[in-house]
Amino acid sequence: MPSDLACQDVSKRFGRFLAVDGVSFSVPGGSFFSILGPSGCGKTTLMRMIAGFEDPSGGDIRIDGRSVVDTPPNRRNVKMVFQHLALFPMMNVGENIAYGLRCRGMGREEIRRRVAAVLDRIGLPGVAEKQVHQLSGGQKQRIAIARCMVLEPDVLLLDEPLGALDLKLRERMKIELKLLQHQFNTTFLYITHDQSEALVMSDRVAVMNHGRFEQIGTPQDLYHAPATAFVAGFVGDTNRWDAAVVRTEGDRIAFATTSGDAMLGRWAEPSRHPAVGDRIAVFVRPEAIEVRRGAAGTVDGGEVNRLSGTVESILFNGAASRLLVRTAAGHIVEADLPQSGAAAGIAQGETVEVAWPAERARCFLAGAAAP
Amino acid sequence: MKTRDADRLALILLLTPFVMWIGLLIVLPHAGVVLLSLREKVAPRMFEYGLGNYIAFLKEPIYLNTLMRTAVMSLLVTALALLVAFPVAFYIAKVARARSRAALLLLCLVPLWVSDLVRAFGWIVLLRETGIVSSALQALGLAAGPVELLYNDATVVVGLVYTVVLFMIVPLVSTLDGMDDSLIEAGFNLGGSRLTVLRRIVVPYAMPGIVSGSIIVFMLTAGSYLTPVLLGGKTSMWFTEQIYDQFITRFNWESGAAFGVSLLVFTSLVVWIGLRLTGQQLATTVARR
Repeated sequence: MPSDLACQDVSKRFGRFLAVDGVSFSVPGGSFFSILGPSGCGKTTLMRMIAGFEDPSGGDIRIDGRSVVDTPPNRRNVKMVFQHLALFPMMNVGENIAYGLRCRGMGREEIRRRVAAVLDRIGLPGVAEKQVHQLSGGQKQRIAIARCMVLEPDVLLLDEPLGALDLKLRERMKIELKLLQHQFNTTFLYITHDQSEALVMSDRVAVMNHGRFEQIGTPQDLYHAPATAFVAGFVGDTNRWDAAVVRTEGDRIAFATTSGDAMLGRWAEPSRHPAVGDRIAVFVRPEAIEVRRGAAGTVDGGEVNRLSGTVESILFNGAASRLLVRTAAGHIVEADLPQSGAAAGIAQGETVEVAWPAERARCFLAGAAAP
Repeated sequence: MKTRDADRLALILLLTPFVMWIGLLIVLPHAGVVLLSLREKVAPRMFEYGLGNYIAFLKEPIYLNTLMRTAVMSLLVTALALLVAFPVAFYIAKVARARSRAALLLLCLVPLWVSDLVRAFGWIVLLRETGIVSSALQALGLAAGPVELLYNDATVVVGLVYTVVLFMIVPLVSTLDGMDDSLIEAGFNLGGSRLTVLRRIVVPYAMPGIVSGSIIVFMLTAGSYLTPVLLGGKTSMWFTEQIYDQFITRFNWESGAAFGVSLLVFTSLVVWIGLRLTGQQLATTVARR
């Protein structure tokens, strides 16, 4: 696939602070690529370098196959949707969208036609004469995208544009953005600290931390096969325990948690190998944990971790409800709330057994702190 | 009930100084001046009310010409002050780091610590025939004899711009300060050149500041007395000098009052036309939402 945007070993240094540290990636044409990371991880700096507002300290940025490092921002065919949208308040909606076309010296009639066409495509026909402040948050969002898309950019950059919206609208805009991307069939580079935005919309996601990419992959990869402790902790909800390695056997790890529970897990960091006594971080997703009523029943095989405990509290949230179980050793285990079958209707204070296969307990060397 | 009374008392206490200030120092004296301007002297210590003073003012071309000249020069000063102040304000609000911003604004304020009079004399020391600039030009061989740089229109304009430029900078800084940097970046990102971004984004955004700064500067300039008199000398023909003449030299208070009211009405008219031309409203420029 031809790549619309490629970064090669891009770095940015502010004084002694290395904001972006040798990042390389390429985005296939027409795909939705997200950079996900906590605030201060360098993702905004990376995006500003692609847009041309910052000069990289090293490396190369190629758009549509050509290096743009020496191209000023107004000559790059990447357009940007800003965090607070940056719609021009002194122009009406039509003038906002026409701005870029006028900068290209296009004729009045042609501009009028294109503005009307792009407003049709985003489903807001006839708002050209409205003032920006008359629009709702979601409409402004779409106008900001239309203002860029009317210029037919190679890449559209989006800098956390949903951050300012309320939750309900944000959920709706996620779907809408994905649909718009399909409709325009343009490469989207989306920056966010919200993992659900990245997972829902993207074809591929890069997880960024401390100026580096920890992992690039599909949302499924990141969720089911995180490559580093940071990714395992940052993407999706998860239980995290600190532990020490007791025994290794291929990728099977026997470990003891800090409060003394002995468990089994799977080594998930192929680039490094654990030794007995190493400190590790163990991640188990809540949906991997099975909750059963009463004390332990029969054990099927040795590859399952089982702990008994009492229900500390129930966090009801519809289908995403959770159960907090305090184990005998004092751990809190977060598990999906069983809403049907034998374990349905578990109440606070009940004694339960929690169990999960060793396969689903991912172990990483400790060090990288979870957010 | 109690709290409502307390609220009302607080409101009255807060409003009293303001109302007294407006009433006693602005409304009352102006009403007095307007009344005074309508009195005509028919015989010693005999007065009648009428428009005679205004008719006399309109009939004498020198007065009207002076007023026009003052207005045109004031507009020129306003335009020059805007040209000088805009880059300075842009630098302070958008380019300078937050830490140096306050210091830079303070630097602009420094000249105000010295009285108008002393500052005008400062210019005289620089520009008079035996002054520093003249001596320097002679020493460098650029001038054969002493050069008189005072007492011409250019000097008056330069002196006035210097006096009022701060009042242009402050409103500009405050409007530009409120401008999100991403508006400028969006302007570039969408393909605008520097000139396009300035013309279509920065200037329109700063328009309320430009208009309010211009109103303040124009009013200050048209009503200024010291700088035109000291730097322009007898030839400066500033309208305030005519008012001073009527009041002090000729002791014709009625006529002086009519001149004063005419100046107020005329400058207000210029401001009103300016607002109409720029499509701004007084409420949205001076008191921004």
